[in-house]
Amino acid sequence: MAEVELRAVRKSFGATKVIHGVDIKIADGELVVIVGPSGCGKSTLLRMVAGLETVSEGTIAIDGMPVNDREPKDRDIAMVFQNYALYPHMSVYDNMAYGLRNRGMDKAEIDRRVREAAKTLELAHLLERKPRQLSGGQRQRVAMGRAIVREPKAFLFDEPLSNLDAKLRVQMRVEIKKLQRQLGVTSLYVTHDQVEAMTLADRLIVMNAGVAEQIGTPMELYARPATTFVGGFIGSPAMNFFPARAANGRVELGGGIVLAMSNATAAGEVTVGIRPEHLTLGGADGVSLPIKVELIEHLGAEALVYGHLPGGAALTARIDGETDVALDAQLTLSVEPRHIHLFDKTSGRRVD
Amino acid sequence: MRKVVFKGTLLPLLLIAPQIVITVVFFYWPASQAVWQSFLIQDAFGTTTEFVWLENYQVLFKDPGYYNAMGVTAVFSIAVAVLSLGLALLLAVMADKQIKGAGFYKTMLMWPYAVAPAIAGVLWLFMFQPSLGVLAQVLRGWGLDWNPLLNGRHAMILVIMAAAWKQISYNFLFFLAGLQSIPKSLIEAAAIDGAGPRRRFWTVIFPLLSPTAFFLLVVNIVYVFFDTFGIIDAVTHGGPAKATETMVYKVFQDGRLGGDLGGSNAQSVILMALVIALTAIQFKYIERRVHY
Repeated sequence: MAEVELRAVRKSFGATKVIHGVDIKIADGELVVIVGPSGCGKSTLLRMVAGLETVSEGTIAIDGMPVNDREPKDRDIAMVFQNYALYPHMSVYDNMAYGLRNRGMDKAEIDRRVREAAKTLELAHLLERKPRQLSGGQRQRVAMGRAIVREPKAFLFDEPLSNLDAKLRVQMRVEIKKLQRQLGVTSLYVTHDQVEAMTLADRLIVMNAGVAEQIGTPMELYARPATTFVGGFIGSPAMNFFPARAANGRVELGGGIVLAMSNATAAGEVTVGIRPEHLTLGGADGVSLPIKVELIEHLGAEALVYGHLPGGAALTARIDGETDVALDAQLTLSVEPRHIHLFDKTSGRRVD
Repeated sequence: MRKVVFKGTLLPLLLIAPQIVITVVFFYWPASQAVWQSFLIQDAFGTTTEFVWLENYQVLFKDPGYYNAMGVTAVFSIAVAVLSLGLALLLAVMADKQIKGAGFYKTMLMWPYAVAPAIAGVLWLFMFQPSLGVLAQVLRGWGLDWNPLLNGRHAMILVIMAAAWKQISYNFLFFLAGLQSIPKSLIEAAAIDGAGPRRRFWTVIFPLLSPTAFFLLVVNIVYVFFDTFGIIDAVTHGGPAKATETMVYKVFQDGRLGGDLGGSNAQSVILMALVIALTAIQFKYIERRVHY
C-alpha cells in the first residue's frame, strides 16, 4: 500500500500530444477513478502508471519513489485488464500463482495466498478449471484474484467491467468496491461509464482530450462542475445547456426569458447549465421556464419530459413519475437559483 | 460450433467430390499400385513379371545401402526440421516486434517459399560450387577446404541448408500469424506479473503457439521426407558416394535409374508406412501436450 503521485505527466506519440499534463496525488488506500469518453487518454494514463507506456514528460511516483524508468514488474503494481488477459493454457490456480512463482515465492506461501484469495472471491471450487470453462463474471473474479494475491502497492483497473452484461456489471461493481475497502489498497480505475465512476470513486478525474478537466469527489463534481464538459458528462440525463447573456445579476436566455441570479457576478456571453432533476413543475418568481412537451419517457419512479424553450433551446426535465403530463401541453418549469450553473461561453469554464 | 445440416444427399456429395477425386486419383490409386507392385519382380526389359510375395522387402532389409539411406534421412530430416522451425520461430518473434520497415522484412522473408525446390537447390549449388561459388570462395578464403562434390559431410550440410532455407518462409508465415493472434494484453499481464522477456516467451507465448508448432511439425516431416527430392536431385544426386541419398531419393534411383521397379515400390510402401506412423505418433503423444 502506498501513495501514487502524478506530477505534470505528459504523453506524446511522435508529434501528437495525447496527455497535456496531469497532476494528482492519490492517498494511501484511496480509490481514484479516471473517467472520460473514448480517446480522451484515460487508458494511456493508466498504462503509464503501469509502465506499459513510457512517460514523455513529468514524474510518476509510487510510495515516494519515481518509477518512470522502472519496468512494470519492478513497480509492485497489479493490473486488471478489460479482456481479463487470463493465461488460457493455465488453470485458475496457476493463473493466480504465476506472478508469485515469477518472484520466487515459497510454495507453501503461494498456496496459502491463492487459496485465501479464491475463498474471498468464491472461486475455491473452480481452481482446477481453465479460463475457457468459466463464465464472464468468474473470469473477472480470477483476474481480480490474480491482482489480490500479489498484495501489491496499487491496483490498476482498465475498464474491468465493460465486457460484462448490465446486471453482472452492477454486481461486480459492488464487489470491487467492497473488496477495495476491505483490502485498503490504493487503486486507480479507468472507465467510460459515469455511473460506475460516480459509485466507485473516492475521487474522480474527468478527462477530456488529454486534459484533466476536474479532479474531486463525485459530489463536488456534481454540485460544482468546473467546465461545461464535466457538467454534461457527470449526471444522467445530461445537464441542459442554453446560450445566454449575463449582466447585473440577471441572465437573459432569449425568447423573453430572464433568470434572476442576484449573487451572480458574471457578465457577457455565457452558457447556462441546469440539470434535468433540478427542474420542478410550476412557475416561480424570476426563474420560470415555459416549454411545450414534445416527448415523455416514463421510467416508473420518474418521467423525462423533452421540449424546447421559446428561444429554441432543447430542454430535458426529470419529474415525478406519477405526475400527469399530456403530450403537446404547455408547462412551466422552475429552478432554484443555486442550481443554475454559469460557464464562460468560449472557454467553457465555470463563472460565478 | 454451428452445425449445418443439408437437405438431401446430392449437394453434400457434389461439394466433397472434387476433394475425394483428387485424393483418389493422386494418392489412393498410386499408393495401391505401389503396394501391388512391391510384391512383383520384373525382368530388366519388362517382358516377364513374377509374383514374389515379400521377397522385395527381404532383399531391402538385407541391403546395407538401405540402412544407409535410413540414416541419411534421419540426419537430414531432423536437421532440416529443427533448423527451419527454430529459425522461423526466431525470425517470427523478431518480425512481430513493432519495428520500422517490418512489412518489408516480412515480404522478403516470404519470398523463398515461392521458389521451386529444384531452383532453390540450384541457387545453393551455385553459391557453394567449390570452384565458382561466391560463398565457397569465402569459405576457402578462411582456409576451409570446402568441397561438397567430394566431401559427403559438406554435401549434407549444403542440402540441409537449402532445404531448411526453402521451408523457413512457410514456417515463418504460420508462426507470425500465430504470434499475432496472441492478445497483447496477455504479454503485458505477464510483464506486470514479473516475467522477463525470456520467461514470458517460454511460459506464455510458446504454449499458446503450440498448436501452430505442432501443425508445422507434421507438415515439415512430410516436407523433408518427400518434397526435398528436387533439392537433392538438383544439388547432389544423392552423392557423393550416397552420402545424401535419402529414402525418397533412393526410391527414384533404384526404380527410375536402376530399373528395379519391385524394390523401388517396396521402398515407397515402407516410406509411406513410416510417415503415416510418425504422424500418428505425433498426434497421439505430442498433441496431448498442445493447448488449443
